Amino acid sequence: MQVPDLSIEISGFKMKSPLMLASGIFGTSIKLLRRIFETGAGAVVTKSIGYVKRMGYNNPTLVEVYGGYLNAIGLSNPGIKEVYKELSRSKINDLPLIVSLFGAETYEFTEMISLLEDLKVKAYELNISCPHVEGFGAEVCQNSDLVKQLIMAVKAKTRKPLFVKLSQNTTDIVQIAKLAENAGADALTVVNTLKAMAIDIETGRPILANKIGGLSGPAIKPIALRCVYEIYQNVEIPIVGCGGIINWQDAIEFFLAGATAIQIGTGIAYEGLSVFEKIKQGIKDYLILKGKRSVKEIVGFAHSF
Amino acid sequence: MPIASNKPRIVQVLDIKEESETVRSLIFRDDLCSKAKPGQFVMVWIPGVDEIPMSISMMGDQSLAGFTVRKVGEASKALFDMKVKNILGIRGPYGMPFTPIFGDVMIVGAGTGLAPLLPLAEILTQKFASINIIIGGKTLSEFVLVDRARKTLLKNNSEIIITSEDGSYGIKGLATDVMESILKKKYIDIIYTCGPELMIKKVFEIAQKFSVPIQASLERIMKCGIGICGSCCIGRYRVCKDGPIFDSKKLEEIIDELGLFRRDHSGMVTMIE
Ligand SMILES: Cc1cc2nc3c(=O)[nH]c(=O)nc-3n(C[C@H](O)[C@H](O)[C@H](O)COP(=O)(O)OP(=O)(O)OC[C@H]3O[C@@H](n4cnc5c(N)ncnc54)[C@H](O)[C@@H]3O)c2cc1C
Ligand SMILES: Cc1cc2nc3c(=O)[nH]c(=O)nc-3n(C[C@H](O)[C@H](O)[C@H](O)COP(=O)(O)O)c2cc1C
Ligand code: FES
Repeated sequence: MQVPDLSIEISGFKMKSPLMLASGIFGTSIKLLRRIFETGAGAVVTKSIGYVKRMGYNNPTLVEVYGGYLNAIGLSNPGIKEVYKELSRSKINDLPLIVSLFGAETYEFTEMISLLEDLKVKAYELNISCPHVEGFGAEVCQNSDLVKQLIMAVKAKTRKPLFVKLSQNTTDIVQIAKLAENAGADALTVVNTLKAMAIDIETGRPILANKIGGLSGPAIKPIALRCVYEIYQNVEIPIVGCGGIINWQDAIEFFLAGATAIQIGTGIAYEGLSVFEKIKQGIKDYLILKGKRSVKEIVGFAHSF
Repeated sequence: MPIASNKPRIVQVLDIKEESETVRSLIFRDDLCSKAKPGQFVMVWIPGVDEIPMSISMMGDQSLAGFTVRKVGEASKALFDMKVKNILGIRGPYGMPFTPIFGDVMIVGAGTGLAPLLPLAEILTQKFASINIIIGGKTLSEFVLVDRARKTLLKNNSEIIITSEDGSYGIKGLATDVMESILKKKYIDIIYTCGPELMIKKVFEIAQKFSVPIQASLERIMKCGIGICGSCCIGRYRVCKDGPIFDSKKLEEIIDELGLFRRDHSGMVTMIE
């Protein structure tokens, strides 16, 4: 039996593997992102970058809970100018690098993209879904006019593929997904972390310095999966599934629900850096067992029932 | 990994040791930390203030453990000012420990850099090992943990050399000068070091010159402590997960960053003075 084909393509962006590193994991360090690429990721996404430097929240910024992790890093980032400098001095030509961007105003996004355009960045991901930073994240996602205007403005600035990352912290994620598609998004990343918290009972205090954070990991997988499934029935553009994928079985579920590719974040905390290689092998074995030649053949299969 | 290690466990400060005017050791009871290996660290939560990394400087019987803190800023000062019975949150232990090599050992430490090195020395002295320990510092008042080092190393074939930059304590000069003169005379199997990054870099360069392997403990800004946020990156490594102990091979790979720059809390590259 021949080795199943794991390559995929999203709006001309070819990836050797459908596994991507989710945004915020490993930060903006190109050397760390390259290391993940070398472990078998088809693409890597930078930590979300904003218009100006942000220190983020105080520690504690992370705590484990049953079934996942809560984080409130607070979109810390050096700002677009610094990141541009880092990207310019790094070798990125051969790196399937997606830059994640967040902002408060449309012009911030368009200016950031103008600056990055001459670099060999392969695609952009708009983070309109961070659940714990006021004015930047989920609020944007809830305002349909804003989302539409933003995507259209960004599309006018670049011919590179545009991924839009959605939040489940919204009234109707399917509606936002349709809107993003109509506005010109090339793909949807579904989903970001879910608003959550943890309280220490000894001191009675919320543990995260920001009190509220975003939940990731296995606990959110069923929710993320449902979102992918519902969105798949309503949009044509590719969906990148994200949320709680830590093994190949999780990955297969997302493909069956309708994801063309998947992103892995917290999985690294559970499985280490070999998570990509392990999941890739598991997907290959599964496809062989099911007599499929390519991962594309199983995308959305669960909808036939 | 069980949740217990990644969620703050509330512990009480049981004892406080005054190490110097700016350094104190805090002792607490915690099963996981008492079984930690030398070189590992904990994320210490000071409720309402911050959460910062601290090397475990004591691990022992009856589930006791401790760390040694120097007050430099808000969080470390809050730790320094703690009283017996005050509470803290601890998660970890995290990171790759030192690998003990029982042979002719050299330890080069400065300031609170001795914190992770002393538990290692204690393990080394349990089996036969000959230890040359060089403790460097600027001036007399900045030396800490020297008495503990003496007590630990008294037992066996060990030598303690103190160097101060102003000559107020021990030999006048730099720890690295003494290190070099010893290496010229004597065969050493391994060098362990922790302290200011520029010193570590120098120690590494000298070790390379004499082809002696080294293990060094590094520091970077830590947020998650478990290897996912990327804030502690150095080269292609994460100090919290791939380190904090770096061996010669890893140090060689990060030589273009070591002692030159680090990142601040935003992730911005800043030069090391
Ligand atoms: C693995 C590791 C082990 C350490 N072990 C010890 C130890 O045993 N004893 C000791 O006194 N110190 C130790 N430190 C250093 C200690 O964590 C910092 O000095 C402390 O965080 C300072 O915090 P602050 O709020 O008091 O100071 P600030 O004024 O906030 O910062 C002073 C400097 O401390 C560093 N720092 C601040 N926050 C962090 C953070 N979250 N992570 C890492 N560095 C930070 C930065 O370089 C900063 O410039 C260790 C650091 C690491 C990474
Ligand atoms: C520490 C951490 C930092 C994150 N930072 C970002 C970020 O900067 N931008 C973003 O779009 N998502 C960020 N996320 C969300 C992840 O990209 C991902 O959507 C989420 O964690 C769910 O996937 P997972 O369960 O595989 O981790 C972050 C997640 C974690 C755990
Ligand atoms: S502190 Fe988060 S990766 Fe090291």
